[in-house]
Amino acid sequence: MTVVQWVAMIAVALAGTAVVFVADPLRQTLVLGIYGLSLTFMFFALQAPDVALSEIVVGSVGVPVIVLAALRKIRSADARREDREESE
Amino acid sequence: MTRRARLMLFAFAGPGLAAVLVIGFAGLPSFGDYHGVYGHVVTGIELAERHATDIVTALNFDIRAFDTLGEEIILFASVTGVALLLRPLREEEEDEDSEDGGQEAPHVFGGASDALRTISAPLAAFLVALGAYVVVHGTITPGGGFQGGVVLAAGPLAVFVGGRYLASRRLAPDWAVEAMDAAGAAGYVLMGIGGLVFASIFLKNFLPLGSPGHLLSGGFMPLNSIAVGLEVTGAFLLVWTEFLDQALVMREKGGS
Repeated sequence: MTVVQWVAMIAVALAGTAVVFVADPLRQTLVLGIYGLSLTFMFFALQAPDVALSEIVVGSVGVPVIVLAALRKIRSADARREDREESE
Repeated sequence: MTRRARLMLFAFAGPGLAAVLVIGFAGLPSFGDYHGVYGHVVTGIELAERHATDIVTALNFDIRAFDTLGEEIILFASVTGVALLLRPLREEEEDEDSEDGGQEAPHVFGGASDALRTISAPLAAFLVALGAYVVVHGTITPGGGFQGGVVLAAGPLAVFVGGRYLASRRLAPDWAVEAMDAAGAAGYVLMGIGGLVFASIFLKNFLPLGSPGHLLSGGFMPLNSIAVGLEVTGAFLLVWTEFLDQALVMREKGGS
């Protein structure tokens, strides 16, 4: 393995661990994006540009939008329920 | 389960998993030491027999095109399921705050800075151009229908990121998104039936192969790539729209 490949793999290991240890879902989504970027870098270093392209589009655009929208829905539903409980 | 009980469980399960992983990885062939047969076969035939310079596209859209059909249908079915679940329910209605007399709706969220709002329109145009490029050049360079399709779908999303959700909906209206999704899925199946009619085998190439490295090469691969691109664009836009509708526009009836 070349140095670039080693660096890419270590970056993936660090970013993957970071995703697990971030507790707040909103921050976790952003860290997940960085993890996706490091995976892209690793696929590219391993000479798989097609997979790298797939990973960067899914990891940086596809998944975060869905997760962020779901988080927003959950929060607004929570806030509304609290409002209702206060008004009663 | 208490924290103590969970730690106890982990004390047994953790080392067990670690041991299995170490044994498993120790048995793997060393890095770059490929023992498979099909890889060599495919690299041997894809340029000579399929006239495609990107081996992954040749694999996806010709050599194992039937598997890609399965993946297409999986995506199509899951997107249909999401739409079925998230379309407005009877207990939901559109939030009045999101409508502004039919004018430019005030979907301006805090994060949309002036710079982001300015750049979102040119970014959308750039993304659509890049996505179309990636879709049609699948047989020549890395990329293809799936990757290009997601980039294409990100075009309207760039408008949304600029803080104008309803404008992004006008850029990709529901009927167009649904038509793209359906036309892509149907188009790929039609390519398969074309193979059945003209070459007697489902999803077998029935078009001239062209010269390698040219835009129209690889037989029916560019058409397959476009079909997949349409379907992926439609699928991602449909899923995003349903999720964002739920998050931004819908609320429970009688709530708040």
